[in-house]
Amino acid sequence: MQTLLQNLLNGIAAGSIYALIALGYTMVYGILKLINFAHGDVFMLGSFVGYYAGGYFSRHSPNGQMAFGYAAIVMLLAMLVCGLFGYLNERIAYRPLRNAPRIASLITAIGVSFFLEYGGQFVFGPDPKFFPTLVEKHLLNFSGVVTTNYQLIVLGVALVFMALLQYIVYGTKFGRAMRAVSYNFETASLMGIPTDRVISITFVIGSMLAAVAGILYGLAYPKIDPLMGIMPGLKAFVAAVLGGIGNVPGAVVGGLVIGIIEAFVGGSSFSNYRDAIAFVILIVILLFRPSGLFGKYQAEKV
Amino acid sequence: MERLPWWLRDLIYLAFLVGLLIALSYGLDALPISGMAYYNRIIVLMGINITLAVSLNIINGHAGQFSLGHAGFMAIGAYFAAFLTITYLSPYVDKLPSDSTQQWIAQNTLLLVAVIAGGTFAAIAGYLVGLPSLRLRGDYLAIVTLGFGEIIRVLILNIDQIGAARGLSGIPKWSNFFWVYLLAGITILISWRLVNSSVGRAFLAVREDQIAAESMGVDTTKYKVKAFIMGSFLAGAAGALYAHFMMYLNPTMFTFDKSFIVLAMVVLGGLGSISGSVVAAIILTFLPEGLRGAKDFMPGALAGKDPRMLIYSIMLIVLMLTRPQGLLGRRELWEVLTRRKDSTGGKRDEKSGPPVS
Repeated sequence: MQTLLQNLLNGIAAGSIYALIALGYTMVYGILKLINFAHGDVFMLGSFVGYYAGGYFSRHSPNGQMAFGYAAIVMLLAMLVCGLFGYLNERIAYRPLRNAPRIASLITAIGVSFFLEYGGQFVFGPDPKFFPTLVEKHLLNFSGVVTTNYQLIVLGVALVFMALLQYIVYGTKFGRAMRAVSYNFETASLMGIPTDRVISITFVIGSMLAAVAGILYGLAYPKIDPLMGIMPGLKAFVAAVLGGIGNVPGAVVGGLVIGIIEAFVGGSSFSNYRDAIAFVILIVILLFRPSGLFGKYQAEKV
Repeated sequence: MERLPWWLRDLIYLAFLVGLLIALSYGLDALPISGMAYYNRIIVLMGINITLAVSLNIINGHAGQFSLGHAGFMAIGAYFAAFLTITYLSPYVDKLPSDSTQQWIAQNTLLLVAVIAGGTFAAIAGYLVGLPSLRLRGDYLAIVTLGFGEIIRVLILNIDQIGAARGLSGIPKWSNFFWVYLLAGITILISWRLVNSSVGRAFLAVREDQIAAESMGVDTTKYKVKAFIMGSFLAGAAGALYAHFMMYLNPTMFTFDKSFIVLAMVVLGGLGSISGSVVAAIILTFLPEGLRGAKDFMPGALAGKDPRMLIYSIMLIVLMLTRPQGLLGRRELWEVLTRRKDSTGGKRDEKSGPPVS
């Protein structure tokens, strides 16, 4: 029972990071029908901004301690840098290909992903770095189930941002524009919705969420390197597909499902197969529900 | 002049290719260039990439099935053939008197056996992967094939008999320039024959409009699976030759990055264009090697850092932005060079491209 709860807790913490990344995938896909393969590397970028900003603050803080405010500033900085990158990424690499075959922008996405991976190795150096302790670590023991305040912070922050996104998408005028563009691009533009601006802002929001995930990841698993975005990015994409790509709550559920199942597999005797299990689940689910768990099945039009 | 029957023309083509390759392999050995082994290696890897790109072009370009699992099929072929060689074939060859004609013949025949076995095993995997594509479309198929590739990699990582994470070493170096380019030539021939055959026409029909194809009596399921089987057989065979050239295999050689690069070759060349895939494979293999010199031009603070892969990725983006329809569009090289309209008679709308969903 204790191990069960322990695995569940670890899984939810990891899953909420996957979910944050998956949201960026799913939003961009919902609007542009583009698999933004560079998204996992934006997550890496966020982590590295956190590494440098956090390192700067811990060197310059008066008592050598990081205050809560500093951690917030670090996160905002990471969001700012990644948001800017997301904007430029869309503006430079995807917008010129808006009317080209969809697969062309997929290749530029792969190119941008390589750019960030090799650029990261070029600028930050290929060796792993240790993420600064933004918040002091405490062990919490709930009658045998051990957790850290990190896991709770990860969960809390992720929940806050998910709620925020839910509000933006379903509660604001911009969210309505976003949903309209995702529903039908051309009709939306005929209705006077500035589609280009909506797409830009969607990229910025998605990249900011990836930055948050990057910081949380650095906090919980403090070893970061320029290739760290590949696997979480891929699994987050699997999570987005699992929940029905283009579906915001689906991405969150998909992320949590993958995180939890991975935690259980990691704790079992099949732990060597941990990296493959996300794909096995995906294939099994897609065989029965070809549009994911919550995706709408789109009948083909003749 | 009466046209020769197709099999005779193909035989003549193959005989010509074999002759040319034999002449070239002697010629390459005789070239008085220092560090020839390095160039030879690039040329051979180029040939393997050509095979991979043209075979992926069958799945992606002709049949329009969006596959991202090519590295996985290549891994299966490579590992199966290498395992076969190490455990069964190589001990037999070693028993024969060394440097004898007899050993030479045995070695090359057994390489052929290993390559065909590797390809067949990969084709079986391709069949199994092709089956879910009955239900999945476009991006969902892409992620599932990508997933299959990763599953294969993780499985290899956990099979101790084939080296797991240590990698598989001790593979004899049987493959060479001749074999690699023979396979590339055969792949191009198959691909070229395919486009102009009834199967190829069915592939194009599935790519252009699946529902219309189905209502015209094309068994779309059968042809999709067929495309997967053919593409993965050739990828597996290329993997087998790769294994016998590198003499060492490691699961990290077959990550999905490899699939991405092969896909980039196909798209950059122009989806569906055979010569386009060849040209793009040559460019994308040569580019990172040609950029090795860039390291020497790094200014002050950046001295000693190697920017070649960074430049490579930027060039990939720039190439794609400037030629979104691929270098050759959907046409073949000679059609572009002679400015001839393609075989459909009119100018195709290059923007429309093959539907990926």
